[in-house]
Amino acid sequence: MLSMRTLVACLLTFLALVAPANAGGKVTIAAAADLKFAMDEIAAEFRKAHADDQVEVVYGSSGKFHTQIQQGAPFDIFFSADVNFARELKAAGQAVTEPKLYAIGRIVLWSATRDASKLALTDLADPAIKKIAIANPEHAPYGKRAEEALKATGMWDKVQDKLVFGENIAQTAQYAQSGAADIGIVALSLAVNQELASKGGYSPVPTDLHSPLEQAYVVTKHGEDNELAFAFASYMTTEAARHIMTQYGFVLPGETAQN
Amino acid sequence: MPNAEDLRAALLTLRLAVTVTALLLLIGTPIAWWLARTKSWLKGPVGAIVSLPLVLPPTVIGFYMLLAMGPWGPIGKLTDALGWGPLPFTFSGVVLASVVYSMPFVVQPIQNAFEAMGERPMEVAQTLGAHPLFAFFTVAVPIAKPGFITAAILGFAHTIGEFGVVLMIGGNIPGKTRLISVQIYDHVEAMEYARAHWLAGGMLVFSFLILLALYSRRKGRFDG
Repeated sequence: MLSMRTLVACLLTFLALVAPANAGGKVTIAAAADLKFAMDEIAAEFRKAHADDQVEVVYGSSGKFHTQIQQGAPFDIFFSADVNFARELKAAGQAVTEPKLYAIGRIVLWSATRDASKLALTDLADPAIKKIAIANPEHAPYGKRAEEALKATGMWDKVQDKLVFGENIAQTAQYAQSGAADIGIVALSLAVNQELASKGGYSPVPTDLHSPLEQAYVVTKHGEDNELAFAFASYMTTEAARHIMTQYGFVLPGETAQN
Repeated sequence: MPNAEDLRAALLTLRLAVTVTALLLLIGTPIAWWLARTKSWLKGPVGAIVSLPLVLPPTVIGFYMLLAMGPWGPIGKLTDALGWGPLPFTFSGVVLASVVYSMPFVVQPIQNAFEAMGERPMEVAQTLGAHPLFAFFTVAVPIAKPGFITAAILGFAHTIGEFGVVLMIGGNIPGKTRLISVQIYDHVEAMEYARAHWLAGGMLVFSFLILLALYSRRKGRFDG
């Protein structure tokens, strides 16, 4: 009898330990991989004002999240690297807010093995450059823009045999960072991160070579009744959040890009 | 219908599985023999290392393989010195990673077969004057044949089923590293479900048939 009681006591203690310690809200955010570092900082700032709440951020390719949310994935907000994915979700009834523009992204050339700040897209034909990493143009917005820019400069056919494709822009940057790819066409927001900035320089790809990387977020159907989701969404427009985004090289809505 | 790119990915996957299975039978057999026969204290550590891919997430193998084969890694420096160029994003690189990744699936069935055989057959053959190597091929290998067949099927099937390691070190290059598993993933992300279904359904049937062959064999082993 005693052992039974002990067992129950143990079980209750265990349950108390694994149960969420706070009664606050919870928001799960799906964010495009280019936001990795910027969103980490913004979420950290947001948490300071919401100590009782849980804020989870998941990073990946926008195309993947788009598919997952269509299938009812439990994300409350979706930060897409391409406004079109957000528009499609809204059209499909999977989003409850209009897509809101939060940033315009830039692509840059970056390398761990050479000084990319002196390179332009037209230099990629150099035989010494054997592997060029870009994100998969089929479903990653940054990869699509890289493809457009390479086509606009007439380089696409010349570098065809050198291209390797990352699943998302963060993996693409990692291909270049490990030195396995000689150069990568990555997001500016990743290139300015300390890990990458400490190694090689970067050179921005002129924005007139590709369609704009308009990035937008929506609150999903799953987040419809989640107050914290809307609180986070409106936090993105605060000065603190905008400052962090600017630091990571994003051009914000209402500002003009310099080439 | 699967298009030319899908077929290319399917053929590449087959080519990889055949290459890796052949290499694994070559490399795995001496390792299995040694593991089955040795009394050395190294048996434990070596057996554990060979079996690591059974428990490690593919991301661990993919991560270390990418670093090792990169320009600053030991394998990268070696291939560079030999003039072979870097291995990441090449078919050879994927072959190398797959050999490591599928090793336990080939070594363990062969090792089990050798252990089940015991010392006796080889002793008898050598008493009759057979050269150890000759005895190995004419006595040990035929006795362990079911183990070799199981090993080949498992090594082949496991290589075909690979995804994480290839995603991390392959770079998704058509005709070189874009395997069926990666192609399916891309189709799903691009929401081309019809094309994904062709490949995914095909893999399902193919994998079932392979395992059916394996398990039907296992049952029959005791009859014959």
